[in-house]
Order: sequence, then structure tokens, then C-alpha cells
Amino acid sequence: MTPTRTSNGDIDVASLEETMTVAAARALAGKHRVFAGIGMPTLAVALAQQTVAKDIEVIYESGVCGAHPSELPATIADAVLITGSEAVLSMPALFGYVLQAGRIDVGFLGAAQIDRFGNLNSSVIGEWSHPRKRLPGSGGALEVLANAREVFVIMRRHTPAAFVDQLDFCTSAGPERVREAGGRPFGFGVTKVFTGFGVLSRTGPGEELALTEVHRGVDPDEVVAATGWPLRVGRDLHTIEAPTAAELDLLRHEIDPKRVYLR
Amino acid sequence: MWSVEKSATGVDKTMTLADAIRRFVLPGSTVSLEGFTHAIPTAAGHEIIRQGITGLTLVRMTADIVVDQMLAAGCIDTLVSSFVGNSSAGSLGEIRRRVERADPGPLKFVEYSHHGLVCRYLAGAKRLPFYPIRSYFGSDLPSINDELRVVTSPYPLEDGSLEQIYVVPPINPDVTVIHAQRADRAGNVQMWGLTGVQAEAVFAARHAIVTVEEVVPDDVVRSDPNRTIIPSHAIDAVVEVPMGAHPSFAQGYYDRDNDFYREWTGISADPSLLSTWLKEWIYDLADHRDYVEQLGTATRERLRVGSAPSLPVEYGTRIPR
Repeated sequence: MTPTRTSNGDIDVASLEETMTVAAARALAGKHRVFAGIGMPTLAVALAQQTVAKDIEVIYESGVCGAHPSELPATIADAVLITGSEAVLSMPALFGYVLQAGRIDVGFLGAAQIDRFGNLNSSVIGEWSHPRKRLPGSGGALEVLANAREVFVIMRRHTPAAFVDQLDFCTSAGPERVREAGGRPFGFGVTKVFTGFGVLSRTGPGEELALTEVHRGVDPDEVVAATGWPLRVGRDLHTIEAPTAAELDLLRHEIDPKRVYLR
Repeated sequence: MWSVEKSATGVDKTMTLADAIRRFVLPGSTVSLEGFTHAIPTAAGHEIIRQGITGLTLVRMTADIVVDQMLAAGCIDTLVSSFVGNSSAGSLGEIRRRVERADPGPLKFVEYSHHGLVCRYLAGAKRLPFYPIRSYFGSDLPSINDELRVVTSPYPLEDGSLEQIYVVPPINPDVTVIHAQRADRAGNVQMWGLTGVQAEAVFAARHAIVTVEEVVPDDVVRSDPNRTIIPSHAIDAVVEVPMGAHPSFAQGYYDRDNDFYREWTGISADPSLLSTWLKEWIYDLADHRDYVEQLGTATRERLRVGSAPSLPVEYGTRIPR
């Protein structure tokens, strides 16, 4: 899928995971409070903390604020996130006072399906009442998309089945759908989607996600073909700058030395 | 003057897990098991299975392995949940068979988001008719869950308009079961690490059972009253069940058994493997002590944690003058 990835794990060339993580970390410049999931979002925040956004506070859905884990967490509720953290909140405090009150700058989410406005499906493939595949459901995703100032989505597999014209089910609604349904939207909704091909982005509500960045060697036509709606390619489309030696060094030797998440 | 000597003032509510479940978890009732990844009351779920209690409406934010097991054992008719997944470790075979293929029978699933269920517990705990929540507009969840309803705020916004807002109904479980690090005999529950929605789920319930790693002397609780997340008046039964949260963890006592979470994907994918598991780990065992014994020393050693104590705080005393 990308020429930056080598089959023999050549350490001089960044892997796709590393390149995506670095792209997400760079996008966190200037952000303060980030709601992170496990895996790539946690790595991106850790890298941003040591590069572009040193004062980022990472908040997990489990209630942990200001985590300082001794090793990479296996879940958002890993015991290593609690020991040495700055605060542990109850669910009513986390979802009510922190998330719903609008204190989160960037929320990270994943999904099985995304549409052109960044509405997300994490519930079912097929009909809800008798699905072909039952997925975990909202968890807090619905609340993150509704209440974070903006949301970054990580979708490694960029395929027409995942980037769809119509969601099978809208679990988490962006600001356009919120307004259409009679609600009062708060944030910008999804502003960036990090995929195996590059980055889709938009500046805010009403705008469709467009291809704005590609990984080295990716043909934009390939990305359009892998997208289930007529994807617009940004006029200033540019190639994501390869991870620097310093970024790779941090990822490989300090942040994920055991290669738990980075392949 | 209150008691001068530090005697036990509360009623002793300690009992066996079998007695607590028999007494408070009745067939056909609404049962909440809470614990957000941390301190999941697994041993209590297993005792419900062992006693063959059926027809339950089970309420649990994160329906994970213990729910898959209770479903497979035929305990649950209705599931109320906001996340049905084996957290970052794979799949829940029984839930997926029930929902995707009605195999071996259909499951009534009432689906929420996390904050939606938190607000249901808050309404329940406060005995309110509903609780407002800034979620659900634009989502398809209200189309499959008619308990999600819109009301008009009676208070005009600055522009004079009246805001529409979703509300969720209260939930008042017949019994809530939680697991915690420690409690005294009367049921003052002390917990640290992730405390989730346990206090709200207990206050919302008609009855509550707490299983704990340790029942501690009253003095231990009274040395740090802010550590108490639930006072004894909200608790009906206290049961000492060491490792009662396995395969989840108890902060400071033992770690999460991530290997078992991964294994569950394979076990639950095959109904015959799953029923063998239920037999070997629940039906053939007398109680949770046998389960812990059967885990073996190697597993217990693998889950052992190092020490990281908090520094005590100073509560102070009134100096007699």
C-alpha cells in the first residue's frame, strides 16, 4: 500500500504505523487537552508531548487525567495509567464535567464506517435489528464527537467499505446531523482522518472531508477509488514529510521500545 | 457524646457469596453489575450462573466477558448496555451469536451510549423522573431505543429560544453488585483507582451487594473516611472474595489477566468450548475459592503487582483544652 514500508522491517525507513503516528502527533501542535484511545492515539500524544505540544494533558475514558504510565497501557483502564496519574475521576465527572462541559480540545476516535461529513458508525454492519456483524457500539464515542472541540479519526484501512456514501447506522453524529435533528452543535466535528493513504481533512461544519495529504508514493486517484463517495482532492495536496530521525528515535527507543503497537 | 471507644456501631452484614446472591438476586429481576474495566464483580456473576438464576434484565455499561458467560448460561433475557466488546482483546462470541443470528435464541438488547447510562444511574440514584443529556441529536440510537426522548427546556436561552434536549429515564435496579478493594463489616466501601459509576449504581438500587478483596477492621476505614465511596447504609451484603474481579484487576492487589481476555475470543467463538469452560470453571467448582485455587500459582504470580503506596493525609484531632 505504501512504499515507505519495508517487508524486512528495515529500520532506516519509517513503517506506515510510524508515519501515521508522526502525522497525528504533528497535528496536535497547540492543543492542550486530548481525549485518547489506546494504540496509535496514545503513541501520537506521547510523541507530541516530547515534540510539538509539551503541555498536553491526556485524558482517558476510564476517568484518568494526566496519566504518566511506567509503560505503554494495554487498555484505557490499565493499572499503569492510574499509578502516578494526576487525577482519577468518576464516570459522572468524566462524562459530565469534563466531556459534556466542552473541556476537550481534541478527541481521538476510530470507527468501522465514516461518511463525507465525519459521521461515524461503530455499532453494526447491516441492519441494527439483525446485523451481519455486531460491533461494540458507542461506548463514549457519541459523546466525544458531540462534545470535543474537534475530533481526529484514525482509520488505517482506507477502503470503500469503510469510507461510505451512506452509513449502515449512525452511532456518532457530527455537527451537521446534530443541527438537522434539532440539536445545538458544539464543536467542529471530525476535522482530520488519518488513513493508510494519507490525511482527509476539513476546517469545520458544512464542509466535506477532502484529501489534503498523502503518504509518499500514494497516487491520489488510488485514494479516490478507495473512497465510497466522490472524494474531493485538495488543491494544495501535499506529501506528508517523512518522520525525522528524532521522531523515529523517540517512537522506537522511548515511547514503544517493545514494539507493542508499532509494527 | 458519641462512642468513646472505637467499637463497631454498624450491623455486621458479612455473609457468604452464595447466601448474598440467593437472598438478593431473584429470578426475573433487574440486576446491575458495575465496574468500568477495573473491579468487575466477576465472582458474583459466576455465582449467579452457578445458582441457575434466569430471566434477568442485566444492566452493565461495558458488557464484556462476564456478560458473555451469563448469556451463555441462560441467565439474561434483556441486556441494557452501552458497549458490547471484549475491550481491545477480541470478540464476545455468545453476544454476537445471540444478536446476529438469534442463536440459540434472540436477545432483547437496549442500547445506550456511556454517558446515557451514567445519566440513567444518576436519575435513579436521585429518584428523579429523568435526566437531561447533551447527546443523541443526529445519532440513529433514538430510532432503535424509544426511551431516548426530547423535552423542551423551560428556561429561555439568551436569544429567547427554548432549547430542545434529550432525556433518559431513571434506572432503579432491584440489586446492584459491585466489587471493591475493601469494606468494613457494616459495608462502608473503600475504593481507589477507577471508581467508575459504582456509587451511582448502588444508590440507584433497592439492594446492593459488595464483594471485596478484604473485609477490614472499622479502624482502617475510619482512618481515611474520604476513601469511602459508599456509606454502609446503602449496602445490604458484604462478602470477602479475594481475586473476585479476575480476569479484571483490583488496583494495588493484582493485575488484569490480559492473556485470558485474549483467550476468551477463541473460547467464546465455539459454543462447545464455551460450555466446557462454564462446567470446568463454574459448575464443577463449589465457590470462588476453588476458582482461584484452580487458576494456579503461576497465573497468580503473573498477575502479582509491585508496591506503590499513597502517602497518608493528616485528618487532625481536636486537642482537649
